[in-house]
Amino acid sequence: MEERSVGMEVKDIKIRNMKTEDFNDNEYLEKYIAELRQSGMNVVTEKLDDVINWGRSNSVWPFTFATSCCGIEFMCVAAARNDFARFGWEVTRNSPRQADVIFVSGTIVYKMAPVLKRLYDQMAEPKYVIAIGSCSISGGPFIDSYHVVKGVDQIIPVDVYVPGCPPRPEAMLYGMMQLQRKIKLENFFKLPKKPTVTADGNTEGGNK
Amino acid sequence: MENLEKIILSLAPDAKIEENTQRFTATIAPEKLRKVAEGLKAKGFDYLMCLTGMDYKDSLGVIYHIAPSNDEANVIVLKTSTPDRENPNLPTVSDLWEIAYFYEREVYDFYGIIFTNHPDMRRLFLREDWKGFPFRKDYDANPALNPIPEKVPSVESFENVPTYSIDKDGKLVKKEYPLFSKDEYVVNFGPQHPSTHGVLHLRISLEGEIIKHIDPHFGYIHRGVEKMCESMTYPQMLYLTERLDYLCGTMNRHALCACIEKAAGIEVPARAQYVRTIIDELTRIASHLIGWACMCNDMGSITAFIYGMRDREKIMDIYEETAGGRLMVNYYVIGGLAADIHPNFQNRVKEFIPYMRKMIKEYHVLFTGNPIAYGRMKNIGILSKEKAVALGVTGPSGRASGWACDVRKIEPYAAYDKVNFEEVLHKEGGTFDRYMIRLEEIEQSLRIIEQLIDNIPEGDFKAKVPAIVKIPAGEYYQRVENARGDFSIYINSTGDKNPYRVKFRSPCLSLITALCPLCDKEKIADLIMISGSMDYVIPCVDR
Repeated sequence: MEERSVGMEVKDIKIRNMKTEDFNDNEYLEKYIAELRQSGMNVVTEKLDDVINWGRSNSVWPFTFATSCCGIEFMCVAAARNDFARFGWEVTRNSPRQADVIFVSGTIVYKMAPVLKRLYDQMAEPKYVIAIGSCSISGGPFIDSYHVVKGVDQIIPVDVYVPGCPPRPEAMLYGMMQLQRKIKLENFFKLPKKPTVTADGNTEGGNK
Repeated sequence: MENLEKIILSLAPDAKIEENTQRFTATIAPEKLRKVAEGLKAKGFDYLMCLTGMDYKDSLGVIYHIAPSNDEANVIVLKTSTPDRENPNLPTVSDLWEIAYFYEREVYDFYGIIFTNHPDMRRLFLREDWKGFPFRKDYDANPALNPIPEKVPSVESFENVPTYSIDKDGKLVKKEYPLFSKDEYVVNFGPQHPSTHGVLHLRISLEGEIIKHIDPHFGYIHRGVEKMCESMTYPQMLYLTERLDYLCGTMNRHALCACIEKAAGIEVPARAQYVRTIIDELTRIASHLIGWACMCNDMGSITAFIYGMRDREKIMDIYEETAGGRLMVNYYVIGGLAADIHPNFQNRVKEFIPYMRKMIKEYHVLFTGNPIAYGRMKNIGILSKEKAVALGVTGPSGRASGWACDVRKIEPYAAYDKVNFEEVLHKEGGTFDRYMIRLEEIEQSLRIIEQLIDNIPEGDFKAKVPAIVKIPAGEYYQRVENARGDFSIYINSTGDKNPYRVKFRSPCLSLITALCPLCDKEKIADLIMISGSMDYVIPCVDR
């Protein structure tokens, strides 16, 4: 916890209604912060970054993509009670070209895998992926099946994993806020290159 | 039963009639299949309920569940098999029962059985380049044989359709023909489209904006559930059923529980039966609400979508309190319920009933009476009763065409024989009827709940069940009315702790196959509404 708080001194990521210490994870962001600190930031671009990222993180447009059960919970998040419009996510787009984030909600099978890859490729940078539910994380209850992709990260890089079968709407909101937090940290004027996943499962490229 | 025996013996005197089975079962030779099938069709057996492929290890076979549409309890189970594993072939029945067109393609996909004279012997779920037939017992599941494909198949690979026939010398002859002619305008709809309610891929041939033909492609969410079940114990299988048709998860689970309970001779306590019935009806309401909300959303009414989802949350709250789950309730177990109901359960449900009644009135004011909505739904996508039967369109969509196909009335299970409710029937079979019937069924469901909620008997909520559930060798077929129609489960057991073969009869497959005749000569813009009114769930189709 102490180490984390050191990281947080660099940048305190403000998200409305959620304190920094309520996010009780993850090393990925710490590495990010360390990297930012190492390279040294220009005062002007840092401030500009903050402004741009504030705007970007509060208007993330999700892509309406759902293959199975988690899609219904995604609809619940969009609808009356949970209402992700509160976080600036309400503009769901039906075209990948207009979307910022793809929620992989549901099982991805072999026949769907190249379609998902194509949809992801069609999205404009900067783009993010949230893997919703155990199916898209690891294959979930269908891991023994002959036709199920064991984790969507074999096809496309994933930013946030939300476990559950299906995750509760609250969990999805938390996952979304994690992504917001990530976006707020990004160095917009020098976006890190996304690593690509090769066929044998290794990651290539990208400045980690 | 004797009557059925007479019918079969008159058609095929050498048919082998099995005794001690749940339903009337007859085995016939493959050469006799056509004659028996034609004879049964002529005798009024016009509803092909289910068609199951089988691998008996020494032979490959098919099981037909056939019933007359006006007397569905009289099911005839026909079995036939061919010992040839290299080039197995059986005659098609797709010209007699239209739905067999897709069922036989499914069997070909899973078992490699070729149906001769079938007009279209493509795979139904898997890609054309898939190696092997996964449901065969000797299938090589080595992932290196079938890696994750990197590219979407080319458009050319969709063009030709194979068909097989037997020539004079008894040889299998393959012919190919193009499904669409070169100058036809074909639009791809899906697999990623917000209005397909899942990952459905339709190839639509258009003339201007009029639909000429629809060629559905499935399998974008084919998870191989049936094959997985074969290596699972019975309690493990329960968790997969809810994930088939997630909107009526509890009913699907009910079907499997009831099937196993009947087979193993487990007496379910009355308390569990009552609670199951109430929860099933709540699920039906929740499912119809989503169906209604999404259909209105597809038509452009976001308000209706928000209203439907808002009221559905009330049901989710009831589930959460009693079972702990929201969408996946995971409440039924073999022999009863996982836990007793929450003390608040009855009060919550009683509060919900008048609230829902009030809301339905509001829905009608909000949307049904809207002249634009009415204009877009009335007299669009008419499905006649004959067509509904031929395509096996059950559930609300079948009843909108006037076919009394409610399993709750035909073969009552749980506490349905103790309640009064009306089987809502419409005559016309248009989009508007299918829209209305859902809202009317919600009212009937409320009526059922009202009759049961105060009368839940005291007692155990779960029967004593052995730690390892085994069911005696045999074949079991359980039907349940879920929110989309007749959901059935076929289990073939060898007496072991896991089943030999499990088949889920999906009501949604028929709903999608009905799109083709429904949309004939309709505008492409109306396709969205027609498919919305069918209210299908794709993972249930693909399994």
